[in-house]
Amino acid sequence: MITRTKLSAIAVAAALLVTIAGCSGGGGGGSSTSPQGNLPNIAAQKKLGAGEGKLNIIVWAGYAEDGADDPTVDWVTPFEKQTGCQVNAKTAGTSDEMVQLMRTGQYDGVSASGDATLRLIYGGDVAPVNTSLVPNYATISDFLKMKAWNSAGGKMYGIPHGWGANVLMYNPAVVTTAPDSWSAVFDKNSPYAGKITAYDSPIYIADAALYLKATDPSLGIKDPYSLTEKQLNAAVALLKTQNANVGEYWSDYTKEVEAFESGSSVIGTTWQVIANLVQSDGKAQVKTVVPKEGVTGWSDTWMIAAKAKHPNCMYQWMDWITSAKVNAQVAEWFGEAPAQTKSCAETSDPAFCDTYHATDAAYAANIHYWTTPQTACVDGSGKTDCTAYSEWTTKWQQIKG
Amino acid sequence: MAADQGVAKRGPVSAFFATRPKTRLGLLLAPPLLWLVVAYLGSIVVLLITAFWSVNGFTGAVVPTFQLGNIVSVFSEPLYREVTLRTIVVALSVTVVDAVIAFPMAFYMAKIASPRTRAFFLVAVTTPLWASYLVKAYAWRVLLEPNGPIDIITGGHSPGYGLPATVITLAYLWLPYMIIPMFAGFDRVPSSLIEASADLGASTGRTVRSIILPLVFPAVAAGSIFTFSLSLGDYIAVTIVGGKTQLLANLIYGQLVTANNQPLAAALSIVPLIAIILYLLAMRRTGALESI
Repeated sequence: MITRTKLSAIAVAAALLVTIAGCSGGGGGGSSTSPQGNLPNIAAQKKLGAGEGKLNIIVWAGYAEDGADDPTVDWVTPFEKQTGCQVNAKTAGTSDEMVQLMRTGQYDGVSASGDATLRLIYGGDVAPVNTSLVPNYATISDFLKMKAWNSAGGKMYGIPHGWGANVLMYNPAVVTTAPDSWSAVFDKNSPYAGKITAYDSPIYIADAALYLKATDPSLGIKDPYSLTEKQLNAAVALLKTQNANVGEYWSDYTKEVEAFESGSSVIGTTWQVIANLVQSDGKAQVKTVVPKEGVTGWSDTWMIAAKAKHPNCMYQWMDWITSAKVNAQVAEWFGEAPAQTKSCAETSDPAFCDTYHATDAAYAANIHYWTTPQTACVDGSGKTDCTAYSEWTTKWQQIKG
Repeated sequence: MAADQGVAKRGPVSAFFATRPKTRLGLLLAPPLLWLVVAYLGSIVVLLITAFWSVNGFTGAVVPTFQLGNIVSVFSEPLYREVTLRTIVVALSVTVVDAVIAFPMAFYMAKIASPRTRAFFLVAVTTPLWASYLVKAYAWRVLLEPNGPIDIITGGHSPGYGLPATVITLAYLWLPYMIIPMFAGFDRVPSSLIEASADLGASTGRTVRSIILPLVFPAVAAGSIFTFSLSLGDYIAVTIVGGKTQLLANLIYGQLVTANNQPLAAALSIVPLIAIILYLLAMRRTGALESI
């Protein structure tokens, strides 16, 4: 009996110790409790030194290929040879994972999408970029520079990498009249009920908001990522109606490819790369369209950690990945529009940039890029009555029921 | 004689421990205890404590101040109630389906098959465990697709993607975990009892009801602990074949990874923890814990 008491005392003590360790670890990781508006004062690097021989980066799958997936697809090895920086690339699955990994402080940089960038900037995890140290920055498409999702306080917080739109894909064998509106997936009485697909992420609420912006002006939606409680509820109501007609949601792109090829989905939101994969497999015909209400999309930016241990290698990487040839290789491998204008001359498919509208500023301007919804509205209005991403997540779970 | 030799050859380390039985026991038990207490119980304690914290809405940093909001919302929010109920129904259905399929198979393997066929069946039942989870789940996705094999065989009556498909896939995935304990359970039932029952004029049904079921039930219960708890925590199969439905683990994953709301995710994971503890307590009454 005595030993048992002793044992449990030890257990409790050990558990407390672990808890305390957990507390201090968590506190150290995200001690910045600054609300938006308090931009951490971090200076950009002044000049470039010699490489440090190592580079640790967080990437989307396919952004740092070293020939392991396909021997012909390799832009990491030449970089290592040229700069002497050994690349250690960590693939992350979601923007949220990227934010968490960056907070460990073990990485020099990240290829962040717009729904992660602001969290990193205001969390003090990344530093502004001295663009004059990145020669290739000059020829990057102008419509990607100094945007709300990659700059703050008049400073660029990264080097744009590539972008793409979430377009409407349909199977013309079933959807015989070509749709020109998102109503094809939001209409309650859709003839394609049960075969509609939608993107499985809270950020998809913005797609519904974008549709409501055009179809229900009384709601007064201006920016699909800056929704008041009332506007968010309207978008959620629309998505709940849509849920009755949805066959399945997708977030893994191979699942959507399979769904369209097998016919279990015939219409829904997609990325261009998915449509290309379905077409090249040849099992089903699909077409994509940019609906008249506009589209959401993503724009990725290479950012440098505020406390990078290998900053010079990171600068060299940012210049390398946006050089004409490499940016073309990445864009073709991943299926997105390259940020580098000169890349269009380097793609193996001469029509590549036309397919992805890479240099089409008007097309790019119609895209509402993913950004993290916050209580302080992200539309630049200065209002603070918007709904935050955490609320969107809870609502998204309610939509799926 | 042998003991003398042992003493003669004892090195300084052995000599040190020979006279200190408490130190010896302490060092022997320290690694497993450390593992159990720190890594296992410790992480559960951290989980329980985190459930009472909150999160900074913008930066996503965990704020360690005590509050009950997460626990309250887990038990008051209708969505969580509904999904919990759905998850438990799925876990129980998977368990029942597995038990029904495993019963005749385990019986055949233990009581009828020759030793060679028995070995063959044991290998056949456990081989799928070597294949990747994802491969098996995607295989079911292909089987269940519109105009897919099941659609053709049943004349267009495939259940399609949804909850039934999830139950089928999970039942397939966890079937070996039910068959093996049941096989062991049947193996322990003396064949003489079954023969005696028949000799005394009992029908097959009566023998199954009065002899086999009571003796095998602890084994069924043991297998059901695996199928129930594995189904309760699954969130991958449902995203592959579940259509648009979601289970409890999807909500936890969404709150943890997508929303970056660790405290709410921790509060939500208390629900399956309670469900499994209740299930284990119920199973203990049947004596199943002795047959694992």
